[in-house]
Amino acid sequence: MKTTNKLFVTCEEAKHICDKNQYGEASIIEVIKLNVRLIYCKVTRAYSKRNTKLTKTIHKSNIHTISASQKKVMKHQLHKELSK
Amino acid sequence: MPTNTIDPNSWIDKYSDYLFNYTIVRVDDREIAQDLVQETFFAGLKSMKNFKGEASERTWLISILKRKIIDHYRKINSNKGKAEVRINYSGDSETEGDWLEERVADPYDKNAEGDLENEELGLAIHNCMGKLPEKQATIFKMKTIQGFDTEAICNEFDITASNLWVIIHRARTAMAECLEKNWF
Repeated sequence: MKTTNKLFVTCEEAKHICDKNQYGEASIIEVIKLNVRLIYCKVTRAYSKRNTKLTKTIHKSNIHTISASQKKVMKHQLHKELSK
Repeated sequence: MPTNTIDPNSWIDKYSDYLFNYTIVRVDDREIAQDLVQETFFAGLKSMKNFKGEASERTWLISILKRKIIDHYRKINSNKGKAEVRINYSGDSETEGDWLEERVADPYDKNAEGDLENEELGLAIHNCMGKLPEKQATIFKMKTIQGFDTEAICNEFDITASNLWVIIHRARTAMAECLEKNWF
């Protein structure tokens, strides 16, 4: 989804910018557009609040995962064991 | 009556991250944690016949993993030989009296409590991710937890950036809803 050149964006566009912003991938112009929308749109404000809370929670959890490549190795070994 | 079935082919996708998160907070070493998870799956395969279906597959695997973790610590301790206990709080007049202060728990040290909460939160997040569709969950993990670039994920899954953001949006909405029910 591309954002338009207008300063006033739709709710959907604002949500899209908000998502990108959680990963530090929104441009300055996009952040300004989001902030303008946040001033007058309750729905965007609620979405943004919830989205930020999710990001903070995940950061706080210090969660760990196994990399995709390692999972492939594990799957291969498991299948080897299964076929024995 | 048994209600749960067993399917080893889906173990890695469904449970490896959950078990890994459970293990790493207990052993504090990625490599060892990964090995223990793998050993758990192998042990699960061997004792598949014993699965009665009364508990869920994950609960059953966790019970095997717990034994693996205990075995791991037993092995470490037997390698070390006797446990060393060093208490030397007497004889030095300069430090006399310090022992009490050193031995009393620091009330401001909330590390253990914080770790426990983080572990529970980590498992709650894994639970919620487990409810997402497989592709959505993988992309969400890669982007949010493993910190992959948008471009790298798009190349890996052969999708456009727009598609990726739509998937991320759906995953984030579902995750927020799930965590609101189970955690917040």
